[in-house]
Amino acid sequence: MTPTWVQLVHLACAVCFILALKGLAGPRTARAGNLVGALAAVVAVAVPFGYLELDHVALIVAAIAVGGVVGAVGARRVQMTQMPQLVALFNGVGGGAAALVALLELDHLGPATPGFDVVATAFTVAVGAVSFAGSVVTFAKLQELMTSRPVVFPGLPVLFGVLLAMLLVLAGLVVAEVSVGWGVALALAGLVAGALLVLPVGGADVPIVISLLNALTGLTVAAGGYVLGNVVLLVAGTLVGASGSFLTLLMARAMGRSVGNILFGALRGGSTLGAGEASDRPVRSAGPEDVAILLGYAERVVVVPGYGLAVAQAQHTLRELVEVLAARGARVDYAIHPVAGRMPGHMNVLLAEAQVPYEQLVEMDDINPDLPHTDVVLVVGANDVVNPAARSNPAAPIYGMPILDVDQARQVVFLKRSMRPGFAGIENELLFDPRTTLLFGDAKESLTRLVAAVKAL
Amino acid sequence: MDESVVWLTIVVLSVFVGVEVISKVSSTLHTPLMSGANAIHGIILLGAVLVTGSADSTTTLVVGLVATVLATVNLVGGFVVTDRMLQMFTRRRPGGDGR
Repeated sequence: MTPTWVQLVHLACAVCFILALKGLAGPRTARAGNLVGALAAVVAVAVPFGYLELDHVALIVAAIAVGGVVGAVGARRVQMTQMPQLVALFNGVGGGAAALVALLELDHLGPATPGFDVVATAFTVAVGAVSFAGSVVTFAKLQELMTSRPVVFPGLPVLFGVLLAMLLVLAGLVVAEVSVGWGVALALAGLVAGALLVLPVGGADVPIVISLLNALTGLTVAAGGYVLGNVVLLVAGTLVGASGSFLTLLMARAMGRSVGNILFGALRGGSTLGAGEASDRPVRSAGPEDVAILLGYAERVVVVPGYGLAVAQAQHTLRELVEVLAARGARVDYAIHPVAGRMPGHMNVLLAEAQVPYEQLVEMDDINPDLPHTDVVLVVGANDVVNPAARSNPAAPIYGMPILDVDQARQVVFLKRSMRPGFAGIENELLFDPRTTLLFGDAKESLTRLVAAVKAL
Repeated sequence: MDESVVWLTIVVLSVFVGVEVISKVSSTLHTPLMSGANAIHGIILLGAVLVTGSADSTTTLVVGLVATVLATVNLVGGFVVTDRMLQMFTRRRPGGDGR
């Protein structure tokens, strides 16, 4: 029996996790919420050392030290642009850890264990493995270690179905025989299933997948907590599972997609269409001096920043350009699409890092009515979030996603590296519009030259 | 009350709390919130410590230690990266322009 004081500490930690989530949901309380969560985690992990006769304490502490250093250094060093893949990776290792813990627990369970405990263990092994493999593939996609486009091959739906059936059979065998051998087989099948689940997902939908895998890992932790009879794990895991699932739905709604469509759209075919190659249709390109004239004499300018801006590390230069334009009397705002960047809210983080004043960041629904009266829209490294195909072409994978109505502005300037299509891999008709001007080159270089050219006006 | 019903009660209530506490979050905070929730499930470290502490063979010990390392990476890394993100949200408040 667990001592009463331990149970009370567990309760306190569970409450802290609830407070942490609640804090994280509000801008003013977010940082405190995160700290509360971290504190609860430290206390919860320290507790068993206080009341149990644990073996191998030195080794465990060493393992924690190693993991802590790796995690902290990784989290400190990572560029803010690469943060989504880091979150995916952290999620993956969490899922992997849950699967391993469940396998070890399976080793402890005797044949007399109540059936539901074994079911929960099998669930943790399978879903933990799915989450691990899925997250690793997500990481590879975002880090561009592999193509970010959907990977589909003939027979994939069949293979996936077979694999699901295998998972169920193996889980049944684990439950029937309470055997570690079958558990390992289940984990391996889970790994393959996780990879196959994420491969067909297109790059633009990846954030939703991260969120979904995050929720899945939460559920495995909850199931693990049930088997271990540990309230902290149960509550924390359930909280993350529930809020993660809800967050996934919110994000999908922000993108105008359904979760099922995102996961299985590519399997059904159709959503993988797209040029993928540079197009050779004629476009109007101009030098920085011409664009500077366009910008320098505009009264109303709206900047649409995208992931390309972040990749080029050009946030600071962009802010400089906006300041120069504002000094010339133009009214300039940043239009922030909810999924600009690689995750919802990612662009806000990146611009905040460049110390862009909060008031200049205008959300999509607030800026759209303004766009028809806007003289020039400057699109820097964004593509899919201004692609009118989302409104007009039902065959496009992004069809239905709310977009910034940039096509209604008087002039549009794109800063682009090349004619390669955006993350979703579809061509943007707006690029060929007569009101559109393209300025090719690295975003940072182009912006630096623009700043100089505007100053010289 | 049956013990498994107690557990079920905890799960059901936690689901409601989990959805309720984040139901009004603005899209600006989706990323930090996801990252923070991600850190919280790193608490599987507690489970890893428990099973590793009762490991009775070299194999289980090694597997347990691997799980411990992985879980700690999730837990520590998750909280640190979330804090880094949130730092940027709060820094600009005083004075507006930090430069």
